[in-house]
Amino acid sequence: MRRGLFFIMLLVIASAWVSLADTDAEVNARKNALDVAGAFTNDGFKLRDGHWCGMLKPQDHALIAVNLYAGNQYWFAVGATDPAKKIAVNVYDETGKLLTADHYDGGDRAAAGFSPTDSGQYFVSVDLVEGGSSSFCLIYSYK
Amino acid sequence: MLVRGRTALLLLPIAVGALIGAPQPAKLAPDQMAKAARTDAITIPTPGELFAALQKPGKPNWTGAYRAPIPTTYKNRAQLALNLGGLIADGFIAIEAQDSQQVKNIGSDVIKLAKALGVSQNILVRSNSINDFAETNQWDSLQEELEATQNEVKNSMQSHSDQDLVILVSIGGWIRGTQVVSGSVATNYDERSAKLLRQPALVSFIQSKLNDISPELRTDPLVKNVNEQLTNLEKLVTFPAGRSPSPDDVRKVNSVVTDLIQQIQHKTDTK
Repeated sequence: MRRGLFFIMLLVIASAWVSLADTDAEVNARKNALDVAGAFTNDGFKLRDGHWCGMLKPQDHALIAVNLYAGNQYWFAVGATDPAKKIAVNVYDETGKLLTADHYDGGDRAAAGFSPTDSGQYFVSVDLVEGGSSSFCLIYSYK
Repeated sequence: MLVRGRTALLLLPIAVGALIGAPQPAKLAPDQMAKAARTDAITIPTPGELFAALQKPGKPNWTGAYRAPIPTTYKNRAQLALNLGGLIADGFIAIEAQDSQQVKNIGSDVIKLAKALGVSQNILVRSNSINDFAETNQWDSLQEELEATQNEVKNSMQSHSDQDLVILVSIGGWIRGTQVVSGSVATNYDERSAKLLRQPALVSFIQSKLNDISPELRTDPLVKNVNEQLTNLEKLVTFPAGRSPSPDDVRKVNSVVTDLIQQIQHKTDTK
């Protein structure tokens, strides 16, 4: 009985530690994303307060739907953490077609800039190009 | 090219040795798009984004978009949440109009509604910041502060098991923002501005979130009516890419959202 309780306590502590570690990784990933996005605010881009964090696996991508307005300019900035070595950000239209965008690539941080001509739904993909599984965080700015 | 001036200079040192032009994955499959993440914080744009796009062809009459102060003493929590979202959209309008007194008035009403929802513990600090930024005409900081206030209210709702109300705040903001844009375009028709009303996926997402809330809240008469009108609105904001809605299409959208705003701000106190 005591051994069972001890095991459960160990599990709780371990899961709390893992959860804290994940949070730290996401905080660092978000900091990296903010470092990139901060540069755009100097050009008049307004930073959204929201963010989207998750896990990236090798040769895999994470995808999020966004709704954009024609006439605005957008930058999607993403930060990851070690062991991610290189990430990429791409924008797709509502039919899934890859769009031409401006790119910034800084290893574990990257960004894609895009000005839609049509309002509606778009998809932003975050790809882990090189390195191991890592937390990432996406933020975006507009003007 | 989006990077200019100071931004380019700032990015240059970081980008040395980096590959410009990311690898291009294949076209997305329909199931990939269906499974894409959709979140309140990223997938739903703020009224500020909508208004930024509205003023690209020419500055709208922002003060003409003001409405009379709304009640802040609703007893129905769903109605409080919907009106909170609408008021935050009003705050964005006042910021675009660069009207510091109006920003402060709306900020004060936002705090009253937040208090009524029981989520005001950290909001008073935000209220002070809004007043300070309004006094010193820091319009960009005000936009960020207003969105941060909205997100703080939503986070507080989530931590108090009020997560069903979060989507109502977003819906209230979207309806008020759409009323302002459709009203402005209906008054002074411009094809580029009319294109802003093309948002079928956004309405569909909002409605899917609304269908996930508790059955009790979903059957609230106001929420039920909003849900029904969203079905109607989804059809009205669906246009082929590249095509602008006609002036008549814009008037129809404006009529539906104006009617909804009237119902949302009407004080009935049935609960």
